[in-house]
Amino acid sequence: MIAVLALAVGVVLGLVLEPTVPIGLQPYLPIAVVAALDAVFGGVRAKLDGIFDDKQFVVSFVSNVLVAGLIVYLGDKLGVGGQLSTGVVVVLGVRIFGNVAAIRRHLFRA
Amino acid sequence: MSSADDRGPGTGEGTPRIDESPTVPLRAGDAAVADAATAQPRVEESVTVPIAVSAPGAGEGEQAGGEDPGGEYEPAATGGPRRPGRRFSSAGAVIGLLLGLLGFALVVQLRSHGTDPELATARPEDLVRMLSDLDSRSERLRQEIASLEASQRQLTSGAQNRATALAEARRRADELGILAGTLPARGPGLEVKFVAGSEPIAASTVLDAVEELRGAGAEAMQIGGAAGTPVRIVASTYFADSGGALVVDGTRLTGPYTLLVIGDPQTMHTALNIPGGVVDTVHQHGGNVIVQESGTVGVTALHQVSAPRYARPVS
Repeated sequence: MIAVLALAVGVVLGLVLEPTVPIGLQPYLPIAVVAALDAVFGGVRAKLDGIFDDKQFVVSFVSNVLVAGLIVYLGDKLGVGGQLSTGVVVVLGVRIFGNVAAIRRHLFRA
Repeated sequence: MSSADDRGPGTGEGTPRIDESPTVPLRAGDAAVADAATAQPRVEESVTVPIAVSAPGAGEGEQAGGEDPGGEYEPAATGGPRRPGRRFSSAGAVIGLLLGLLGFALVVQLRSHGTDPELATARPEDLVRMLSDLDSRSERLRQEIASLEASQRQLTSGAQNRATALAEARRRADELGILAGTLPARGPGLEVKFVAGSEPIAASTVLDAVEELRGAGAEAMQIGGAAGTPVRIVASTYFADSGGALVVDGTRLTGPYTLLVIGDPQTMHTALNIPGGVVDTVHQHGGNVIVQESGTVGVTALHQVSAPRYARPVS
C-alpha cells in the first residue's frame, strides 16, 4: 500500500514539477527506469509468491539501476552505447515479461 | 521469448509444471503463516536469513533471471512471512522512496520523450526539408527584422526632425508675436515719462520719441497715460492730437504719458538725449522728460491683430 502510494506521489510530483532531464542523464534515465520496473515487477511477483523481502527488494532495485546505468556508460565509452542499451532493454524486457507472466498466473490462475 | 515466458511462471523446467506453480507458493505461504503463528523464537532468524538469501542472488528480478527459483522458495519463505510483524520499518520507507523516485523518473522520461514524437519518427529526407524550410524562414525573419529596424531608425530621426522643427517654429512664433504685439514681453529697458509744461505734449513729439527709440534698437513698446488703458506700439500704430490729449490707435490717453520700452537701456537713453532730440524738443515746449533705466520692464499691453484684407503671402 505504501509502495502504491509512493508511486502515485512520485507520478504526481513529476507531473506537477515538470522538470527537464539534465543532458548528462538523458541516455541513462530510460534504462534506469526499465531496470527499476524490472525490480518492481520482480518484487510484486515475490510478494504474490509470499517470499517478498524488504532488504532484497531494495538491494535488487538499486543494483539493477546502477548496473543498467553502468552498462550503458560502458557502452558509450566503447562506442557501442546504442547496441548495448538495446541489449539491456531486451534482457530486462524478457525478465519483465517472465515476471508479469508469473504475476498473471497468480492472479488469474491461467 | 517463449522460453523466457515459460521460465518465469514455470519456476522450473517448463510447461508441465505450470499447473504446479500456483500450488508451490501457496504451500510456502501457508507454511509461512503457520511459522509466524507458532514459532516465536524464529523472529531473530528472520533478520539474518534474508541477508544470507540475498547474497546468492535471490532478488525478485533475479528470480526470473535464470536460477531455479523453486529451490529458493523454501529459505525465503521462512524469512519472508515474518515481515508483517514489523511493517512500516525503515526498509519500507526506503522502498517507498525508491518507488516514488521510480514514478517520478518514469513521468519525467515520458514527458521529455513525448514532447516531439512527430520528429522522432520522421524520415531523414523530410527532416532535411523541414530544416531547410526553417532555415529559409529564419532568414526571411532576419531580413524582416533588419527592415523593421531601419524603418524604426527612420521614424526616430523623423520624430527628432519634427521636434526640432516644432521648437524652431515655436521660437519664430514667439519672436513674431513680440514684434506684432500679440505677446506680452519683458526685459531690460527704459521707462520714459513725458510731463507736459505750458502746452500739451504733441503727438508728433511722441512719434519722434518712438522713432528714435526704434532707431536705437527698441524691441517692444507700450504707451500709457493718466487715463485710459496702455496701448502696445506696433508698426501700424498711429498717434493723433485730440484737444490736449493723445489718441493712440483709437485709444484716448491723457498726460502725463509713460512710455515703456524694451531694448538696450544705455543706447536708447543716449538716443533720447542727443542735442535737438526728443528731450530737447520737449524742454523747448516747457515740458519735461524723465528717463529711468530699468532692469526689467514689462510690456504687457497687447495689440489686436486684424487679418490683412488685401495682402497675401507670396508662397
